[in-house]
Amino acid sequence: MNAQDAIVKLLWLAPVLPLATGGVCALLKRRHRAAAASLAIGSVSASLLLAVWALAATVREPDPVRHVVNFNWFQAGNAWIGLGWVLDPLSAVMLVMVALVSLLIFVFSVGYMAHDENFTRFFCFLSLFAGAMLGLVIANSLLLLFGCWELVGLTSYLLIGFWYHKPSAAAAAKKAFITTRIGDLAFLLGMIWLYAETGTLLFYDQGRGCLEQSALNLLALRTAGLGVAVATAVGLLLFLGAMGKSGQVPLHVWLPDAMEGPTPVSALIHAATMVAAGVFLMARVHPLVAMTDADIKPTGLYAQSIPGDAAACRPGGVQKIPITPPGQAGHDLNLPVDPNAPGRTTVSTALKVVTWVGVLTALFAASVAVAQTDIKRILAYSTVSQLGFMMLGLGTGGVAVGMFHLITHAFFKALLFLGAGSVIHGCHEEQDIRRMGGLGKLMPVTFSTYAIGMMALSGVPILFSGFWSKDEILHAAHGWPVSRLPFLIAVLAALLTAFYMTRQICYVFLGVWRGSPGNAGDPRKVTAPSHAGRDTSSSGGLPHESPAVMTVPLLVLAVGSVVLGFFGTPAWPWFQGFLLGRRESLELGRLLAGGTLGLMALSALVAGVGILVGYWLYGRRPPGAADESDPLEHFHPAVFSVLRRKYCFDELYDVALVRPTAAFARACHWADQVLWGGAVRAVSRVTTALSWASRLVDEYFVNAGFDRVCDGLSRGGGHCSRFQNGQPQRYLRAIAVGLLVLALLLLWGCRTV
Amino acid sequence: MLAWTIYLSLGTALLLMLLPERREQWARFLALGAALGGLVLSASALFQSAPGSFRTVTRLSWIPTLGIDYHLGADGISLVLVFLTGLAAVAGILFSWNIGHRPREFFALYLALIGGVYGVFLSFDLFLLFVFYEIAIIPKYFLIAIWGSTRREYAAMKLALYSFVGSAMVLVGLVAAFVFAGGQTMSLADLAAHRFPREFQMWAFPLVFVGFAVLAGLWPFHTWAPTGHVAAPTAASMLLAGVVMKLGAYGCLRVAMTLFPEGLQPWGFEWLGIGSWRDVFALLAVTGILYGGMVALVQKDFKFVIGYSSVSHMGFVLLGLMTLQTIGLTGAVLQMFSHGIVAGLLFAVVGRMVYDRVHTRHLDDLQPMNLSRGLPFAAVTFTLATLASIGLPGFSGFVAELQVLIGAWHAYPTLAVLTGAGILVGVAYGLRALQRAFFAERRSCTDGQASGSARGAPAQPPDSPAPLEPISFPERVGSILLIAASLAVGLYPDLLLKYILPSFNAPWFDGLRGGGLP
Repeated sequence: MNAQDAIVKLLWLAPVLPLATGGVCALLKRRHRAAAASLAIGSVSASLLLAVWALAATVREPDPVRHVVNFNWFQAGNAWIGLGWVLDPLSAVMLVMVALVSLLIFVFSVGYMAHDENFTRFFCFLSLFAGAMLGLVIANSLLLLFGCWELVGLTSYLLIGFWYHKPSAAAAAKKAFITTRIGDLAFLLGMIWLYAETGTLLFYDQGRGCLEQSALNLLALRTAGLGVAVATAVGLLLFLGAMGKSGQVPLHVWLPDAMEGPTPVSALIHAATMVAAGVFLMARVHPLVAMTDADIKPTGLYAQSIPGDAAACRPGGVQKIPITPPGQAGHDLNLPVDPNAPGRTTVSTALKVVTWVGVLTALFAASVAVAQTDIKRILAYSTVSQLGFMMLGLGTGGVAVGMFHLITHAFFKALLFLGAGSVIHGCHEEQDIRRMGGLGKLMPVTFSTYAIGMMALSGVPILFSGFWSKDEILHAAHGWPVSRLPFLIAVLAALLTAFYMTRQICYVFLGVWRGSPGNAGDPRKVTAPSHAGRDTSSSGGLPHESPAVMTVPLLVLAVGSVVLGFFGTPAWPWFQGFLLGRRESLELGRLLAGGTLGLMALSALVAGVGILVGYWLYGRRPPGAADESDPLEHFHPAVFSVLRRKYCFDELYDVALVRPTAAFARACHWADQVLWGGAVRAVSRVTTALSWASRLVDEYFVNAGFDRVCDGLSRGGGHCSRFQNGQPQRYLRAIAVGLLVLALLLLWGCRTV
Repeated sequence: MLAWTIYLSLGTALLLMLLPERREQWARFLALGAALGGLVLSASALFQSAPGSFRTVTRLSWIPTLGIDYHLGADGISLVLVFLTGLAAVAGILFSWNIGHRPREFFALYLALIGGVYGVFLSFDLFLLFVFYEIAIIPKYFLIAIWGSTRREYAAMKLALYSFVGSAMVLVGLVAAFVFAGGQTMSLADLAAHRFPREFQMWAFPLVFVGFAVLAGLWPFHTWAPTGHVAAPTAASMLLAGVVMKLGAYGCLRVAMTLFPEGLQPWGFEWLGIGSWRDVFALLAVTGILYGGMVALVQKDFKFVIGYSSVSHMGFVLLGLMTLQTIGLTGAVLQMFSHGIVAGLLFAVVGRMVYDRVHTRHLDDLQPMNLSRGLPFAAVTFTLATLASIGLPGFSGFVAELQVLIGAWHAYPTLAVLTGAGILVGVAYGLRALQRAFFAERRSCTDGQASGSARGAPAQPPDSPAPLEPISFPERVGSILLIAASLAVGLYPDLLLKYILPSFNAPWFDGLRGGGLP
């Protein structure tokens, strides 16, 4: 057994180790803090080692191949439902990213949560999350992916509501779970539909999987009604699931509220990994989503329908399935190197929807972020916006484009969130950027790393990874054959991104400290209990730099935010080639080809303009006091207030969904009490009434008659008894009378004879 | 040996009645012993049987002139449900360890009920099945009327009347079938092999089906269930939701659908898109799923939430039956098992762990208590039970509901979508109850100093008047038993599915298979 096979066989350990750790931590007592933290960090480190091994093995693989291990789970009807895991470039890259970011955030949490009494529980949930997320990444079955998806959602729920005694946190947790569940419902239905059509939920299974050509042919040929192919319908249902998880408009409402959770949670779950799961899902099922009639190709396996051969037992060995080599499957490969290349002209309906939803989300969320004042909410809307960018990249440029931004974004957004965490920690649980300021001098490490993250997010050219990945997306959007509008919207969103990040950094790090020094009495602080004990005793109120356990992860992430970009530049698209199963070499000439340079210049210009305008508005003359109104508010107060209120989505949902549901529920309750309960009561009343009627009839009619008969009988008996009163004289008298009558009769008889 | 589950339960019930009044502890251990015996017997019978086999346990001639046999037997479906009964019985006794009011009679009636339930699941003679079915109804009445709480006489009477109306309908149907088949036999297999005339089946099927489905909480005949569940003592609600409702669903499958498969065929005309009894009952099942969930969403009494959730979950069973797909039917049987476990656990937490300690079930009263601090074990158990109940993958409910949904997708795509909405409502009411009852904010949240100093204090709700009695050992064992069962089946469903699935190849399901079962 060579090293490749060994890692494929051992890959299941990557998710199972943290899951098991989560189970063990659940049993630990509250005081075993060190044990919980070290177990969690140890297990996720082991997962990281496995992930790196897996990535190395995949990179060293001579020809692009998918390693798959499938096994039977249970027998459903007359077929087996299988589960399995897959090691291919996509899962290898995600594995390393998830494990690495998790590890860094675990370490950060040791510092951030040091004073929380539920430290053990926190690491239990974090480990569970990491395990489920790793499982999601390596799943080779839509069902297993769904299972991990739900588990990830559950841990997200538990962690958002970690400080559940804050009503806002409890409400946010519930909102997050239910909103994503709406998406999950569509996911579930899509999965069931897929199963009903293809008879399998495995992605890759020696040609029988649902993402392989024969099943795709089938899905594209069948229509679901209204002329929509089943492939499109299923793809859209799955995309609805991804929209819920990845906070796409209009299912984004939960993500900003999810910031009620501890900041490391926001960084890990609601910025870097879980919310990207929707994008990952779309990348995983991209062959299905991108399926059009043009992609139907004959296969030897089955022509029109899939026979029930899935009942065949799956032994669980390693299967090697070649990744479709370049040039044969069109949809994987439209790398936007040259927009004028004879690429695909037909785009599947599902991908069009993905693109439009993505780009609208990108613009929408970026515009909301401009007007927010909570440091984490700005980042949350930024995350929503960037997820929109990823969807746009997936829709227009294929897997590689979307995934590249996913990976780079994971690093710089985790960096920004942890930086925000460090700021919040240093400012004693202050989250309002209007009450910060001047932190650049007080927290130098945090400031410099935050600035790197900000520049990566804004797309400052050349040095920062965000520039390259966003550039790639813009490039793909530019070459999209359907419409040019997404490209223009995306440029606008990129401009806003640079603007709101500059605004934030000016508010937080430049100028003077606007928070009150006597912050310790601030009632807000009570709501976030993690540090209450220490803060009052140590620093007198001025912000302070965070300990090394928190700053070192920041530095590592900052390095990642810079370096990663160089793996995916147009000159050397190693990352994209790796995902698609190709080897790319360094060719500087590609930079010059087909307008690449022009687009790069445009994107740099956009970032520059955004930053400059932001600095001109906020940095030149930083606000002096916390209650000073926002410069933008002067321009157009009405628009600004709409933005600050997030386009009133929450209010809209409250009126359109929450209240009708509650009213309907009350109506059902009323029906149960009055209608059905009333029916039962009516039946019982009628029965009782009938009983009374019967009783009356019985009493006064049947019974009365009976009584009268009885009375008559007894009276008759009384009369009769007079003949037997025991007086011999009376008897003798009767005998005498009898004899007399007899004699008379006899005489009468003789007379006639 | 399997028949001894019945004799052990009924025999111990008699023995308990003969026990001296003051030997309360003996009564508990005796009852626990009998239940454990039943569990061991049922588990060994299940896991030692060859999948797909039917075995006759006992067959004696009982009333020869009418062709009635004392015929006990078991196929995979029976075995799984008998195993469920064993689990629920043991857990129920563990959760009623603290019964102080006439424990001897309580456990005697409890075991009588269990014995009747075992009998129904094992009877393969319809007369015998009916007799056991009636045996199971009587103790329910007394358990609720004597040991119950809220409006117990009303609830007990309502439940008993509903049950008897249902069984009267069943009896009429059975007698009619007996007469139509020649009056020679009451054996299930023989009657199933008899091809009844289509017109007869068309009225006999709904009669018998509704008769049984009343007990399975078919909307709109469900109203006995919430009131009954709420009024019943903890162990009785566990059994009521856990196994008694399954009696109804089991009867629907075993009797109504098996004897009268043609009753499921189309009428030949359509009205509002409804063209057969099958459509009617599928629609009612989905209505129950949505409606039960909706009503649960606005309940103020914690136990009513669980009561209505039972109505909702039993809708999945009935929908699974009406799909007439193998996958839907196995899903329905698995859902019976799953709901039996999970509903039992939910009622145990509400009735035993919470109500017996704080003496209120009103969610508004529970909210300020922050029970997750006072009763952390109860909070964790209820969280897990809620997750199992809302169909999180990894718990048994997910596999069952997934199968039902796949079956429904083939048979009724629109209803499958509505059912999905029902799952969503399930999440909403589950989380609502969970957060209100256990994880609500503390009342003293506003004054920061007090809450700051209380941190790190012993795990006692700061505003609770008296320390709550800690969770006892039997409660812990019972909870772990049920959670483990749900997890085991959820992670490895083939554990039970390999017995359930081949049962549908039995000869008495021929009629159903002919009627579209693939």
